Amino acid sequence: MPQSAEKVLDHAPLFREPEYRQMLAEKKINFECPHPDQIVTDQREFTKSWEYREKNLARQALVVNPAKACQPLGAVFAAAGFERTMSFVHGSQGCVAYYRSHLSRHFKEPSSAVSSSMTEDAAVFGGLKNMIDGLANTYKLYDPKMIAVSTTCMAEVIGDDLQGFIENARSEGSVPQDFDVPYAHTPAFVGSHVDGYDVMVKGVLENFWKGKERSEVANTINIIPGFDGFCVGNNREIKRLLDLMGVSYAFIQDASDQYDTPSDGEFRMFDGGTKIEDVKAALNAEATLSLQHYNTRKTLGYCGEAGQATASFHYPLGIQATDELLMKVSEISGKEIPEAIRLERGRLIDAMADSQSWLHGKKYAIYGDPDFVYAMARFVMETGGEPTHCLATNGTKTWEEEMQALLASSPFGKPCQVWAGKDLWAMRSLLFTEPVDLLIGNSYGKYLERDTGTPLIRLMFPIFDRHHHHRFPLMGYQGGLRVLTTILDKIFDQLDRETIEPGMTDYSYDLTR
Amino acid sequence: MSLDYENDGALNEKLIEEVLSQYPDKTAKRRKKHLSVATASGEEVAEEGKVLSECDVKSNIKSIPGVMTIRGCAYAGSKGVVWGPVKDMVHISHGPVGCGQYSWSQRRNYYIGKTGIDTFVTMQFTSDFQEKDIVFGGDKKLEKVIDEIQELFPLNNGVTIQSECPIGLIGDDIEAVSRKKKKEHNKTIVPVRCEGFRGVSQSLGHHIANDAIRDWVFSGEDKHEAFETGSYDVNVIGDYNIGGDAWASRILLEEMGLRVVGNWSGDATLAEIERAPKAKLNLIHCYRSMNYICRHMEEKYGVAWMEYNFFGPSQIETSMRKIAKHFGPEIEEKTEKVIAKYRPMVDAVIAKYRPRLEGKTVMLYVGGLRPRHVITAYEDLGMEIVGTGYEFGHNDDYQRTGHYVKKGTLIYDDVTGYELEKFIEGIRPDLVGSGIKEKYPVQKMGIPFRQMHSWDYSGPYHGYDGFAIFARDMDLAINNPVWGLYDAPWKKKAVPSTAIAAE
Repeated sequence: MPQSAEKVLDHAPLFREPEYRQMLAEKKINFECPHPDQIVTDQREFTKSWEYREKNLARQALVVNPAKACQPLGAVFAAAGFERTMSFVHGSQGCVAYYRSHLSRHFKEPSSAVSSSMTEDAAVFGGLKNMIDGLANTYKLYDPKMIAVSTTCMAEVIGDDLQGFIENARSEGSVPQDFDVPYAHTPAFVGSHVDGYDVMVKGVLENFWKGKERSEVANTINIIPGFDGFCVGNNREIKRLLDLMGVSYAFIQDASDQYDTPSDGEFRMFDGGTKIEDVKAALNAEATLSLQHYNTRKTLGYCGEAGQATASFHYPLGIQATDELLMKVSEISGKEIPEAIRLERGRLIDAMADSQSWLHGKKYAIYGDPDFVYAMARFVMETGGEPTHCLATNGTKTWEEEMQALLASSPFGKPCQVWAGKDLWAMRSLLFTEPVDLLIGNSYGKYLERDTGTPLIRLMFPIFDRHHHHRFPLMGYQGGLRVLTTILDKIFDQLDRETIEPGMTDYSYDLTR
Repeated sequence: MSLDYENDGALNEKLIEEVLSQYPDKTAKRRKKHLSVATASGEEVAEEGKVLSECDVKSNIKSIPGVMTIRGCAYAGSKGVVWGPVKDMVHISHGPVGCGQYSWSQRRNYYIGKTGIDTFVTMQFTSDFQEKDIVFGGDKKLEKVIDEIQELFPLNNGVTIQSECPIGLIGDDIEAVSRKKKKEHNKTIVPVRCEGFRGVSQSLGHHIANDAIRDWVFSGEDKHEAFETGSYDVNVIGDYNIGGDAWASRILLEEMGLRVVGNWSGDATLAEIERAPKAKLNLIHCYRSMNYICRHMEEKYGVAWMEYNFFGPSQIETSMRKIAKHFGPEIEEKTEKVIAKYRPMVDAVIAKYRPRLEGKTVMLYVGGLRPRHVITAYEDLGMEIVGTGYEFGHNDDYQRTGHYVKKGTLIYDDVTGYELEKFIEGIRPDLVGSGIKEKYPVQKMGIPFRQMHSWDYSGPYHGYDGFAIFARDMDLAINNPVWGLYDAPWKKKAVPSTAIAAE
């Protein structure tokens, strides 16, 4: 009997015990009707081949293991970045359960959102009644300052009109006349979560800016971070840099406190976020800067229409990307970049120089959201690494071209291939046929690590199977240090594992590296 | 072993009154029917034992908009629960990308196989609908998706089509596509109409998934004529092998002398589903999600079914004896030996953990069978259940719950985020068992928590081996020192930690 009270074995060791191994082997032979082992082995080998890769890349309809989510997830994340704002997703209720779970599993934090719980009758008659009752309940029960409405694909397919519905609900008294209910249509069958983020932030700005004129141009800068699983660490780091520069700024959409509430006996359904007053005042800002271009294309367009200067970045991570952000901020604000920041920069360079021999020539496969992949490839090249496969399931043609231009700018980017719209099953073929040293992505990459043996570094949303990484920044020079250390740890751990066998490989098990 | 206790019904009545007072009137009226306090019942039921209480709430009714229901949808019930674990089939999340993405690998349905080669559970296959698919329909795309699956994953033994919301709204004919492709590829293709807007919760998705087995698997020709049946053949139905639950159950059933010919649906192959009607008895664990197909098999094939409970030694013993009785003296004798074999281990587990858990109170809010099935396992450890409720239970679930809960227990059906928070605040139990969405709010309040859907990444919890893990996990949740550190000492007097160091 494998189990005992003294040493309780859970699933991982328990099922390795002989009793269970034998039971499962017999189950397979007697009841499962399995394919013969040879056929399975042959197929497994075939999936590693160039021939399989060609078929795999030629897929036109089937998507397997995509690295993207749907629009409303981005909208729910976006809403979480505003003061006391409840996300209200109009449509089927199961979707909301999914967004909440998904966000909670990554952040290890509460994630609150409500649904209008539309069912079959609403599919026939429309969801107006659900909106009227729903807004009334949410307003009464959760006491939000703002309710941000987005949609599931059900509401989109039947064509529910959010603006009209919300107006109706107001006249029915669901919420007070002057209560803020920004909204965004977020069909799941268009774009991805980064687009949902975009339209929800735009919806919030429109809610407060529409019909208002820019009175006086204040010498402030708006910062929009974009959908970011590392918002907790990143937003705080960017704010620290801006404070060091003495810049006047407003973070538009800041979920760093919402997804990092303390444990002290009180459950805060709402915490932090951009204050509504600040969103209103942001209309008069000198400029709006987006930290993630592909997350804010519509929003920045709207800011431009409002008369603001705009600029966008691709997830400012590493040396040159951070340089560019700081210089842009300096240019707009007229504030110098202080010496303290130059020293920080120097410290990151110092660390890169110390470790360069371990990084030079390392090959990488990188996947994730378009801006992140761009940033990561750029930083990898700064360390002397060679991006080999850059993949974004939600990457567009324009992204692909931008990536090509970036890669062409450095000899380290020459051998790299860019894969817009491809999924992680395609990546599996790429890793078998053109292997790399390191894979950078999120938790889903662990299946690629298992199948291809490529060590995985988790640096992108969602990260379910490692804890607390998102509490540390990736952006800025400090973030660069964190990324650098993470990559190095992976390299050293891997090397130690490979050289750990006594009397066999441990001649290289060096004490100092 | 049954603990003798009664809960504070008066407090619970007051809590219900308080939460209802916060709703708009119309909503309060509707929610009132879903909340109650278990009342005493003297009714004796011969076969099922004593009914301890009555849990009189309305259930399986539409959730109210805007209140933060914890429920999911029909797709979650079909793809996520019933079909998803069938390991040698490819399950297509048919529609936009999200549903498949959020449910990808999240239920911990353990299985043995070469993923991507001969098994496919922890993968996300989707038709990734784009606007043009909505406008022009997705049937052509679905055909191509199925063809590409055959090309790239030729060892699959079948395909299921898990419909997402748009499919039913745009009028696609996935049944026609399935029939056509079944002929072309000579493989089982199962269309499942589990669009998320159908029904009021996951529950209808279970039902629809069950019906799809009936209509699209059982309806085919018998591929297993050569299969030799035995007199002790059983199927385990409604065990999804979360963290290995079904394996920890199977080992016991086999030791009892039974032959488990099929396990639905954790670690199952299509063959195990197809052959099920040849078994002598269906043993059903999660009644809620699979009773439909058991009733069908009884009606059509004469396979009897029996509910059982493999959580905690009291229920395990009762269930094993009940099952053994069905098969007669030979199995009964073996069963007594199995019980005797495991008793020292169980006694040691209880001796170790009961003193650390005695008298601790628990609130549950889960789905399926767990709001009642796990109660006795807690009581085996001396713990008391003060509140419980179902995400998607029906009336028959609440009736069955009366066999488990004590008088005064707070009962909440389709609880809202607001209600659950207030109930927990009011009762301050020593432990809450619920889902990922509830975990972090509860922990912020300083109350220990275990996820009782995923076993909080632990498990198995079924069977004797699982009970030891269950006991260990409840202990480590409750007796961790972190709960004693919440108050900053300079703010107010710190509450002394009640944690007990691990031995």
